[in-house]
Amino acid sequence: MGKLVEIRRLAKVYERGSQKVEVLHHIDLDIEAQDFLALMGPSGSGKTTLLNLIGGLDSPTDGSIAVGGEHIERLGEDALAKWRASNVGFVFQFYNLLPMLTARRNVELPLLLTKLSTAERKRKASIALELVGLSDRALHKPSELSGGQQQRVAIARAIVSDPRLLVCDEPTGDLDRQSATEILTLMQDLNRDHGKTIVMVTHDPKAAEYAHKTLHLDKGTLVDNPESTAA
Amino acid sequence: MATRIALFAVPILLLAFAPWWLLLASVVVFVLFVAFTRRGHQIWSVTQIGLATIPQRLGSSSVVVVGIAGVVAVLVALLAMAQGFAETLKQTGGDDTAIVIRAGARTELNSVLDHDTAVLVSQSPQVMHDPSGQPIASPELVVVASLPKKSTGLDANVEVRGIGDRAWVLRPKVQITAGRKFKPGLRELIVGKDARRQFANVEPGASIKLNSQVWTVVGAFDSGDAYNSELWGDTDIVASTYRRGSSTTSVTVRLTSAGAFDAFNAGLQADRRLQVDASTTRAYYNAQSETISTIIRVVGITVAIIMAIGAVFGALNTMYAAVAARTREIATLRAIGFRGTPVVISVLGETVALALFGGILGAGLAWAVFDNYTASTLGSNFSQVVFAFKVSPALLWQGLKWALLIGLIGGLFPALRAASQPVTTGLREL
Amino acid sequence: MKYLHLIWAALMRRKTRTIFTLFSVLAAFLLFGLLDCVSKAFANVSGSVAGVDRLLTVSKVSFTLALPKSLYTRIQAVPGVAQVSYLNWFGGVYQDPSNFFPNQAVAENYLDLFPEWKMPPQQRQAFKQTRTAAVVGESLAKRFGWKVGDKIPLEATIFPQKGGSNTWTLDLVGIFHVTDPNAKGQENALFFNWNYFDEARQFGNGNVGIYAVKLVDRRQADSVAKAIDALSADSDHETKTQTEQSFTASLVSQFADIGLIVGGIMSAVFFTLVLLTGNTMAQAVRERIPELAVLKTIGFTSKSVLALLLAEAVVLLALGAAGGLAIAGVVVVAVRGQVGGQLSIPPVGLAIWGEGIALAVVIGLVVGALPAFRGMRLRIVDALSGR
Repeated sequence: MGKLVEIRRLAKVYERGSQKVEVLHHIDLDIEAQDFLALMGPSGSGKTTLLNLIGGLDSPTDGSIAVGGEHIERLGEDALAKWRASNVGFVFQFYNLLPMLTARRNVELPLLLTKLSTAERKRKASIALELVGLSDRALHKPSELSGGQQQRVAIARAIVSDPRLLVCDEPTGDLDRQSATEILTLMQDLNRDHGKTIVMVTHDPKAAEYAHKTLHLDKGTLVDNPESTAA
Repeated sequence: MATRIALFAVPILLLAFAPWWLLLASVVVFVLFVAFTRRGHQIWSVTQIGLATIPQRLGSSSVVVVGIAGVVAVLVALLAMAQGFAETLKQTGGDDTAIVIRAGARTELNSVLDHDTAVLVSQSPQVMHDPSGQPIASPELVVVASLPKKSTGLDANVEVRGIGDRAWVLRPKVQITAGRKFKPGLRELIVGKDARRQFANVEPGASIKLNSQVWTVVGAFDSGDAYNSELWGDTDIVASTYRRGSSTTSVTVRLTSAGAFDAFNAGLQADRRLQVDASTTRAYYNAQSETISTIIRVVGITVAIIMAIGAVFGALNTMYAAVAARTREIATLRAIGFRGTPVVISVLGETVALALFGGILGAGLAWAVFDNYTASTLGSNFSQVVFAFKVSPALLWQGLKWALLIGLIGGLFPALRAASQPVTTGLREL
Repeated sequence: MKYLHLIWAALMRRKTRTIFTLFSVLAAFLLFGLLDCVSKAFANVSGSVAGVDRLLTVSKVSFTLALPKSLYTRIQAVPGVAQVSYLNWFGGVYQDPSNFFPNQAVAENYLDLFPEWKMPPQQRQAFKQTRTAAVVGESLAKRFGWKVGDKIPLEATIFPQKGGSNTWTLDLVGIFHVTDPNAKGQENALFFNWNYFDEARQFGNGNVGIYAVKLVDRRQADSVAKAIDALSADSDHETKTQTEQSFTASLVSQFADIGLIVGGIMSAVFFTLVLLTGNTMAQAVRERIPELAVLKTIGFTSKSVLALLLAEAVVLLALGAAGGLAIAGVVVVAVRGQVGGQLSIPPVGLAIWGEGIALAVVIGLVVGALPAFRGMRLRIVDALSGR
């Protein structure tokens, strides 16, 4: 199987005014390929920061991250953007779809960065939508879809360019229980049947149960036996 | 809804058609209403809140101000040009002097009068006589010369007017500002103030070649009107230089009174020896200015209308954004019991305040840059007429009216939207 | 091109705002189109290629002064002169002074100098053979509903007839048309027989207003002009000879500095427009920050976000400009028939479209620059967390 993500002594310092806040304290973490990892921890523990670093949205202050053997902490802004386009899919709590585009146009967005033909882009977007079970909603705008449906469109967008890694920030945070279950099941399928490696930040222990493994972050460090599990 | 539409229709109609006193009265009534009624107080407090938030939306508010300032500046500048041209020529004429030219000629340059005609005209009983018993009549000869302009170095046409010795009595406004008058019988010229400024080498003391004869400029004059664009010399000598024999182009006379023109004209028309057209100099110069000032005015208003349309849409955008930004606040006001109308008036008031500011800015700019700005154009005698832009108070007022109209129209729909938003959705916004 | 739908979607996000902004842009470019046409009309006078092989000889003192007819044969003898004709400005009025159009008494060979005025040969012949003959341009004929064979009464303003009458009755023998759309204004003129004019006028007989000279070779314009002027040097009727277009250009330039006025108006208009559309773009970007962050997350580089936003501004401006210029085109076509005189108002042609669209693109880039830069610089992490 092998390791997909290798994190060594990863640190992140934010400057708020004159104050420096170290959000992550030299973290070491390996993520196996085809793993489904849940990241938990209280607000401000740095879990979203860690997720953003893994997804290449932000650059670390110190340490290294290698994804599939590529050291992304050394990449410049543009190179990082290109890297994200082909290596990572993102799912957010508030779906972050473009309100003016139809579901299929939203899904198609990452493909605009490839050299695919129009017909090819359309075909791939349709396949992704089918995979999340929304073929019949392809021409609807986000405002015409329920929260669960919107999140499924977002997932379709995340997988359309076939990245190995999916990075999900509270994917069920804004959903009712039933929609959340559907989304989590879908993620499980993607992990199991399509070999996607998933890193998911969540507050919800029930959501974490869908993952193979749960890691806890507290005040910027990974903890083995957090109080929440002890409780 | 109907009352709200009326809220806009009334000021718009007032602005467009009412005389200033009615407008003033309406403003006073409105101010009293705001100051002394409960509803008025409501309006005032809501408007205050809106005005207080303008600094937060400086960027988009300035769109209204600058948009309207642009319209008003262009409008006022172009109308000032038309007005300046018309006024320069208008001042040249009066009701108690009359000009006589050949029938059908329309302008002096087209006209030719023989010596006998000139004499007959000056003998009309309605022509005033000076103390020495001479009729105050000046047979004049207008010809055109080509001289290089100072600004471009290119030749432009200048009017050379040969005048009779009565001309000084006829035009008491004319003052010699440098040198002296030309001496009759000599090839001497005096130069008008504007011609002196506009053409190269016409300073007193300079020599000018007219039709291969050398003339000397001996003085400069200021008449305060269109004559300032001309060069003056002795009729007889100008005529000999231009091989005109004893003919002239016009006779200008002082009438015994301003009311004497009709009798004067009737006398000329009845005389079978004469084929002439007479008009008061006021009518003559008005007619000369009509075409050009009408063209400028039409162009100015057309341009301003198109610009105003653009500015209205700019104002609409800004005010819609302003209403959107204030949705919550307006809904809160409505929820605690404020009625729709004060909200409408407050949005309207804000737009009008911005528009007024823009109008003042634009009109002020036009006044600062263009009042007394001099320009020249080809007058009806095929020669340069210098005139100054005239930014009169009436024009400034007209510019302000345009500004307010644009503001009112631009504020109409956003204000109606503000008042018609359901309170509940408004509170949920943001 | 594959990003076009993204740009379109962005513009349609706030339809009213986009439409209002479009109308403002449209108004600005409508003005641009109209005023550019007018200033082109003035500029055309000096820039036109037609007439470069023709010289006009007028009195050096002023073109309103007459020249002796005796110059005719002397000019003809100047080397390099192919043909000489002459004319007098008549300045007549048809029915009402507001019906202004240029009218001149011209020598019978005058029309031969203007092969670009298309007219049936028998009409050209008739002009030479009829004593009271007149020809007019097609536009002018249409304006007053004249047909060949009509009698046209012109009221003289300068030249009464010997008996003192101001009415000159002319026989319309030909109607010419001009194919070059930029020279269409030349159709707004009337020409009539100089011989009739000269024998019937009250004064000035035997004098000529302007000589028109056709050159053998237009490259000799300067030397021939000098040679013609030398004929009457130091006489009491010195002449000034110049090409047809520089004569008209100097006359037009005396009217007003049209370029300056148009430039002034347009700078006011575009200054306002930049502010207005700049504000629209700033609003549009401000409220779309999270969406832009999503694009960047997905892998759009900062540069492509910049390009998208700039393209959005450019498309907005270009659409408005196209609309404004199209309307200007319609207006000009409707109006140009009514405007006569030496001035031909050109249609809103390729040049104006080119300038207009180029201007729209430049303004689009200018107003898009600041907001687009902001979009480019935004940090994904901050934007997503709403900071």
